[in-house]
Amino acid sequence: MQLTIKQLEEKAAQIRIDIIKMLEHAGSGHTAGPLDLADIFTAMYFHILKHDPKNPDWQERDILVLSNGHTVPVRYVTMAHAAYFPKEELMTLRKLGSRLQGHPERKRLPGLESTSGPLGSGLSQAAGMAKALAIDGVGHRWVYCVTSDGEMDEGNYWEGVMFAAKYNLHNLIVIIDRNNIQIDGPTEHVMPLEDLRAKWEAFGWHVQEIDGHNMESIIDACSMARAVVERPSVIIAHTIPGKGVPFMEYDYHFHGMMHNADEAKKALKALRTLKGKIESEAY
Amino acid sequence: MMHLVTNIGDADIKMESNRKGFGRGLLAAAKQNDKIVGLCADLTESTQISVIAEEFPDRYVEVGVAEQNLATVGSGMAAMGKIPFIASYAAFCPGRDWEQIRTTICLNDQPVKIVGAHAGVSVGPDGATHQMLEDIALMRVLPNMVVVAPADSVEAEKATLAIAKNGKPSYIRLSRSDIPVFTTADTPFELGKAYVFNEGSDISIMATGTMTYHAMAAAKMLKKDGISAEVIHVPTIKPLDESTILTSAKKTGKVITIEEAQIAGGFGSAITELLAEKLPTQVFRMGIRDHFGESGKPEELLNKFGISSVHIVMQVHGMLGKTKA
Repeated sequence: MQLTIKQLEEKAAQIRIDIIKMLEHAGSGHTAGPLDLADIFTAMYFHILKHDPKNPDWQERDILVLSNGHTVPVRYVTMAHAAYFPKEELMTLRKLGSRLQGHPERKRLPGLESTSGPLGSGLSQAAGMAKALAIDGVGHRWVYCVTSDGEMDEGNYWEGVMFAAKYNLHNLIVIIDRNNIQIDGPTEHVMPLEDLRAKWEAFGWHVQEIDGHNMESIIDACSMARAVVERPSVIIAHTIPGKGVPFMEYDYHFHGMMHNADEAKKALKALRTLKGKIESEAY
Repeated sequence: MMHLVTNIGDADIKMESNRKGFGRGLLAAAKQNDKIVGLCADLTESTQISVIAEEFPDRYVEVGVAEQNLATVGSGMAAMGKIPFIASYAAFCPGRDWEQIRTTICLNDQPVKIVGAHAGVSVGPDGATHQMLEDIALMRVLPNMVVVAPADSVEAEKATLAIAKNGKPSYIRLSRSDIPVFTTADTPFELGKAYVFNEGSDISIMATGTMTYHAMAAAKMLKKDGISAEVIHVPTIKPLDESTILTSAKKTGKVITIEEAQIAGGFGSAITELLAEKLPTQVFRMGIRDHFGESGKPEELLNKFGISSVHIVMQVHGMLGKTKA
């Protein structure tokens, strides 16, 4: 049974809470990216992707490649909510022997499509997957690739962009988490990326820009991308880093900073009370 | 029985580059298994990926001059069940895309086959930029990776067929110029195995890739001097055939290693690490010593860097001087 938009939004809110709990327990890990990707991952696992949590290697599944591996907490939490594994396992993040490595490792956890962390090489892998499906004449499976904006600094990234356009990989859909931050500061200070839309269009891609926190927009944009023939598609999803936690939002210092117990408590309170708009903390 | 040709060291020996053998192996493997795809970074003819481009155009992928993309697209295709052979010059792949190979191929454990053509100083006139000497060191430190350096075109063909079937990330090292063909269809080859190409008792010459022929020619010359040199051919550098190597080292008590590569971290290092831990033995490593190559003819460069049959003979005399005199 498909969730309604409202139910998806509630799911994303719950996922944000679990991300904070999980990171606090782990004692380290990236914060801003996972929080701002919560809506996109919720839409993916609970509406967009064709997948089977009980059979992660299902031959008919859609593929979701996470290129910016440091945001994997959002994937782990969403997968747990989708019943790939028990939620209790989330508390093993970054611990010795855990399947939930600090950066995702394909061979450790069924359902991860690739190993990532070193930036800029996910899109090329996703393009390779899409090309392999094209060679086999498989037209009903989609390859999605979530990337950050900062990793567009990498040369390998644009090699993949050119490759996908050359081979008209219409079964490839890239979603950019355009949160405008990277470790050293705002992306436009570290290495300017704009005009992003013009760049992607010049490379021959179908381009959409959306509010990456609007559930309907995410779902509609992916539907639109699947309808594009002869060209790969990119969705530039404008997001707010640290989304949902007021003192983290827009602050690049939370890109990678681990938060202390007090910060975690404040963050959870903000998430549970919808930034103070409601009184209950019993979310 | 090793079934080697009988005219080793003679002027009439057949010459062929081992990339030609690779091309034959690749075509045969591609005919056997339709999962095999060929990817190239703008060197299709030279690396022999052209055999796939011509015979199976749908299974040929040109990525342009982009080796990092070569490795990562290859990884993605392997994730969807393909067996990609990704080819360039070794200086660029694995030279330029090492991290992509490490993360997306080895840590991911995808069965991508990395074809490093134009390895060694025998590349010749192109000079140092194109003479890859560090590839063995770069590849053999990676978990999951299989590293193989065939001795000639016949063995390159067998090695290609073998890595097509091994289900593992694999690196095959190829040279550019025509070199003697001294193994035959009947010469044994199995991944992970080293072979006693010449039995001897005074010293062990352990060689890999193009240098095994020089070791064999040296053994022939040494025989005339009354020295019995054992030649161990080690086409698979990772995983090492420890028992064959240790047996020979124990028998002779003296080891020379030789490779057309940096000895730092390379084949000689692999042998030395094994011996240091399990059977401390006197070893001399022949190869490139902390130096880049340069332009020249292949044989001029082998002479300049001291890696030919004559240099092996001199080294053996040096090491045995005290005991044989």
